[in-house]
Amino acid sequence: MRMAHMTESNVTENEVMASQPDVDVADPVDTAAAATGVAVDLPEQQLTELGATVGEVRCADPYVVAENVNVHYGDNHAIQNVTLEISKKEVIALIGPSGCGKSTFLRCLNRMNDSIESARVTGRITLGGQDIYSKEFDPVALRARVGMVFQKPNPFPKSIYDNVAYGPRIHGLANDRAELDDIVHNSLERAGLLKEVKDRLDEPGTGLSGGQQQRLCIARTIAVNPEVILMDEPCSALDPIATARIEDLMDELSEDYAIVIVTHSMQQAARVSKRVAYFHLGLLVEVDETDTIFTNPRHKLTEDYITGRIG
Amino acid sequence: MQGTTLILVIGAMAIAAYYMGRSRSVALVGGPTQGTALHSLPGYYGYFTAIWCLLPALAVLLLWVLLEPRVIVALVVQGLPEAQRNLPPGELNLLVNNIQNLAAGDAVSGTVDASLQDAANRFNEYKVLSRKILTVLTLGLGGLGAAIAWRRIRPDFRARNRVEQIVLVALIAASSIAIFTTIGIVLSVLFEAIRFFQKVPATEFLFGLNWSPQTAIRADQVGSSGSFGAVPLFTGTLLITAIAMLVAVPVGLMTAIYLAEYSSRRVRGIAKPLLEVLAGIPTVVYGFFAALTVAPWVRRAGESMGLEVASESALAAGLVMGIMIIPLVSSLSDDAINAVPSAMRDGALGLGSTRSETMTRVILPAALPGIVGGILLAVSRAIGETMIVVMAAGLAANLTANPFEAVTTVTVQIVTLLVGDQEFDSAKTLAAFALGLVLFVVTLLLNVIGLNVVRKYREQYD
Repeated sequence: MRMAHMTESNVTENEVMASQPDVDVADPVDTAAAATGVAVDLPEQQLTELGATVGEVRCADPYVVAENVNVHYGDNHAIQNVTLEISKKEVIALIGPSGCGKSTFLRCLNRMNDSIESARVTGRITLGGQDIYSKEFDPVALRARVGMVFQKPNPFPKSIYDNVAYGPRIHGLANDRAELDDIVHNSLERAGLLKEVKDRLDEPGTGLSGGQQQRLCIARTIAVNPEVILMDEPCSALDPIATARIEDLMDELSEDYAIVIVTHSMQQAARVSKRVAYFHLGLLVEVDETDTIFTNPRHKLTEDYITGRIG
Repeated sequence: MQGTTLILVIGAMAIAAYYMGRSRSVALVGGPTQGTALHSLPGYYGYFTAIWCLLPALAVLLLWVLLEPRVIVALVVQGLPEAQRNLPPGELNLLVNNIQNLAAGDAVSGTVDASLQDAANRFNEYKVLSRKILTVLTLGLGGLGAAIAWRRIRPDFRARNRVEQIVLVALIAASSIAIFTTIGIVLSVLFEAIRFFQKVPATEFLFGLNWSPQTAIRADQVGSSGSFGAVPLFTGTLLITAIAMLVAVPVGLMTAIYLAEYSSRRVRGIAKPLLEVLAGIPTVVYGFFAALTVAPWVRRAGESMGLEVASESALAAGLVMGIMIIPLVSSLSDDAINAVPSAMRDGALGLGSTRSETMTRVILPAALPGIVGGILLAVSRAIGETMIVVMAAGLAANLTANPFEAVTTVTVQIVTLLVGDQEFDSAKTLAAFALGLVLFVVTLLLNVIGLNVVRKYREQYD
């Protein structure tokens, strides 16, 4: 019964925030189904109207809080009324079929959508209590606090050293060369790359292998000492061995950073994350502990996705 | 048959050959459903047959067109009376011209006598005969080629490979045209320049400080022997080019940065075509703009500051040339900046760079090869530009680095040397070729150096 209660309260909260009083929240069928642990069979249309998320969007020690986030690309409503909390030292995986909005949501968290002319973000996202979309908040400073690793490794066409030193340099994190050297070495060390590149720091970063390039990008990101790291399918261009190394790395990094990872691989989500959020057609369908999602999904769409029937 | 008709008929034959080759290949394997039994698609058998119809016929036609006039003239000359055949070449040429004019029904110089009329008649006869032979020969060869190709078609015949080979040869031929033209131009300039250096020592030309190419027109005339020191011309060219680049590179580059990274789509949609309009203005218009508007303005501005400015100053020509080159620099730099993958931009922004940091630290270094390439092209354009400097910079070959004085450039001097009424083997005329050669070498060196610099310092993205 605990689950049922949680679900209901969650839906209610969402409902209040969405201020859509005309929708019947306590749908008897919904509640009953959730209570019995059977996946809820909600038609997509009804889901859209509800805008409600199954599972637990709240967490114990929230650091990044998204409330009723909507994103429009021109006329396309890419993200609809998404509410999600992310705590300070956890790995949360965003999964879902292509075009479901998980990457868009990720890019909202460090305002990378700003560079897209037609994108419009509404709702409220806070980082440690500060509204990152408020006028006073500088997106440049935000991106130093919320780092990002992209789908395709994108090292700058500079030396390995300069790649890692790029962030500290533009943010003035080092007072002299020795400090900068320290930051570069530490970052490479933490990204598990130092051993491989120690003797060729002045060689171009583009000369590394794909997996090394991606770890270089991670090193580059942690060199500016962010609080949150966003990863947009960081392993989709890598082979299984390089992927395993990155996953180990995420595990280590999660001791210090909140990590939000978008992935198409459910095995990866299961291996690295503590919580999983399932997106579908711009809606956040279900959020829960990773184990719960993969063993006992409550929403029909989630179940269909993780069992391979859609997406 | 007329030439055009002949070509049309051959074309029709080729089309027919295509269908015959195609249908034979299909028939050989027993109908269209058995297509996989053929080595190539049926169309390739058709193309193969058509090519063998076209190629021999067109080759003969081309040869005929090239050789026919000479052969006919030789035959006509052979039939002339002994006395006329032994005329000196110049007069014989005149006579042949007369015969040709008479044959074509044009006006003839001198009186028309019986032998001339006779020769003209024979000229016409030969011409008709030649047409007949040509028609038979080309059509016959076309038919023969098609027939042989048609007979060679077997199900295992590799028609596709043959056709692709022929296409490859055609592609190579097309690409060599530009190369051979370049070589031809270089050689012709080179030989004329060598003739010049036989009259004027190369050291004097390359290192002489005085340019005054006035030579006596007639041998008995009293006049200067001319001095051909090209250094003032090259310094003049460099001065004007430097001024032009000082205007074009910063303005063009900043335009490109604004358009590529900062402008909204609407502004870009308006500004880019407008810039291209600037590129479309004829240089002669820039020339009189420079001469009539900018030069007087520069002089007045200079005078108001107490400077002495020539009315045809290097500054005016350089400024206008720089404006002319802005679209070239901006559009090539814009392309180079846009070619940098957006992943670089995202990476830099994702680390918390501002837009200007992203631009100066990531995008520009990555786009540098393209930008430098564009600037090099612009330099070549500035060095080779003629019209603006003819009108605005003047003809005085002053050896100076002062932009307020009148200077002249290599291209301007080439123009003035060649529009004179000198004979074509005088040192004055030949000097134009020597100038052209040195200009070519300088531009080539600039390009080679520039490309090497770019290769060394480029930041290669993948």
